[in-house]
Amino acid sequence: MSRFTEAVLPPAATFVATTLVAELAIRAAGVSPLLLPAPSAVARAAVRHAPTLWPALATTAQAVAIGLALSTVVGLVAAIALASSRWVERAFYPYAIFFQIVPIVAIAPLLVIWFGYGIRAVIAAAFIVSVFPVIANTLAGLRSVDPALRDLFRLYGASGWARLTKLSLPWALPNVLTGLRVAAGLAVIGAIVGEFVGGGGLGVVVLEAMRQQRTDLVFAAVLHAAALGLALFAAVNAVSRLTLRRWHTQEKDA
Amino acid sequence: MTAAEAKRAAPGVAVRVQGARRVFRARGEPDVVAVDGVDLGAAPGEFVAILGPSGCGKSTLLRMIAGLDRADAGTIAVGEGDARDTALAYVFQDAHLLPWRTVEDNVALPLELRGRDAATRRDAARRAIEQVGLGDAARRHPAQLSGGMRMRASLARALVTEPRLLLLDEPFAALDEITRQDLDDQLRALWRATGMTVLFVTHSIAEATFLAERAIVLTRRPARVVLEHAIDLPAERDAALRGDARFAAETRALYAALARGNASAAA
Ligand SMILES: Nc1ncnc2c1ncn2[C@@H]1O[C@H](COP(=O)(O)OP(=O)(O)OP(=O)(O)O)[C@@H](O)[C@H]1O
Ligand SMILES: [Mg+2]
Repeated sequence: MSRFTEAVLPPAATFVATTLVAELAIRAAGVSPLLLPAPSAVARAAVRHAPTLWPALATTAQAVAIGLALSTVVGLVAAIALASSRWVERAFYPYAIFFQIVPIVAIAPLLVIWFGYGIRAVIAAAFIVSVFPVIANTLAGLRSVDPALRDLFRLYGASGWARLTKLSLPWALPNVLTGLRVAAGLAVIGAIVGEFVGGGGLGVVVLEAMRQQRTDLVFAAVLHAAALGLALFAAVNAVSRLTLRRWHTQEKDA
Repeated sequence: MTAAEAKRAAPGVAVRVQGARRVFRARGEPDVVAVDGVDLGAAPGEFVAILGPSGCGKSTLLRMIAGLDRADAGTIAVGEGDARDTALAYVFQDAHLLPWRTVEDNVALPLELRGRDAATRRDAARRAIEQVGLGDAARRHPAQLSGGMRMRASLARALVTEPRLLLLDEPFAALDEITRQDLDDQLRALWRATGMTVLFVTHSIAEATFLAERAIVLTRRPARVVLEHAIDLPAERDAALRGDARFAAETRALYAALARGNASAAA
């Protein structure tokens, strides 16, 4: 069997099995669809409300993509600055941690005050929750550069720029990608929370559906958001595999 | 004068270490005197082996000569000035290649950092790769190589700059005996062909005897010189020499000095 089938078949089987069990259990127990709609009901809602869900997904995806792109750029630059000297790290790193501990739900209204209703506040929310993992992981990567290779670059008179682009950044690439994998999931969370307050996208669909007590639609919207996170995660993984393929021995032959 | 002799006349530089001392200080821990009053040297084009017990300060000494670490006292002269003015190359105990680059691009790295153009880099890299017998693997990545091949690549990366001083810090210690002897043969041949000065740190008495013109034996930490010994063997050396009686006599002399260095420091 191809590697693709090997990778896809087991999780697909798990998915089908759990969905089936959930469907049967929920029907057998006679749970109210207001509390817990059966998978089939959720699927029906997803189809029926596709004209609402798809544009909402597109809006959320756009905010997440921009927020994540900002996190990547800002996170890389911040990590490079922090890695430049122990002094800079001591002075600023404690404040970088602020991004991790900030309760996004609490400051989302503030973002709306600053950026107004709409996508800008949502992007800001996605950015704020996703930037720290990029900073922390990149910094760890930059700090872990093989000292012998640092010596080697010094010996051959490498400029600071050459050290950064030919040694430190490529060395930290696996860490950057690890950071992005974490950041991708967080950016979706940040965007949905941002939309609860700032409007637009799947966040609003969830709120509306809740108000109308359409639990099936809430589930459908949440699944769309989850799919978005999963797709981003898979995209980062694909980039990892392509770029890091040559670094590791698992690739059997030339 | 033959071409080979002309080449030998030019490249090697002299190394002179006088009263070198290096102390490592860490807060909350006693100072570690790694090197204390070491005097040693190498004539231009000489192959010198440095022997000493583990942890005695050999790497520290070599790093100071390379200009990667500063001596707390004493002077270190390389060529007419110091390490910064001289084309020198350093080979570590492990290969330390960039995993994302092919062998060829790894070998070309020193020239790239020195701003040579792409064509020069490629030609020089290919030549160095041929010199260490790695011709077939130029386009492969380090993860696809055996330990011995990686070490060859590392050696090629050092040779590509045509160094006037080559410093090696236990370069083949992690390899199996056969691969190691093979690389020793090759290094000796390269040294004979180029005429560079070589300082070779090793734990192995046999390796030092086979490779060097002169061996310097250090005591336990802090490193001091117990013996400087000219190795009385023919310039032309091959695998058969390792079984020779003269070879055995030379290793015995070094072994005795190494044992003495251990004892004197302990006393
Ligand atoms: N950067 C450092 N900071 C603190 N102590 C150090 C440092 N480098 C080396 N030392 C200490 O100096 C002593 C000599 O170390 P060095 O690496 O030079 O020994 P060595 O002879 O090369 O040993 P080996 O044969 O095991 O490689 C050791 O006790 C070591 O712990
Ligand atoms: Mg050492």
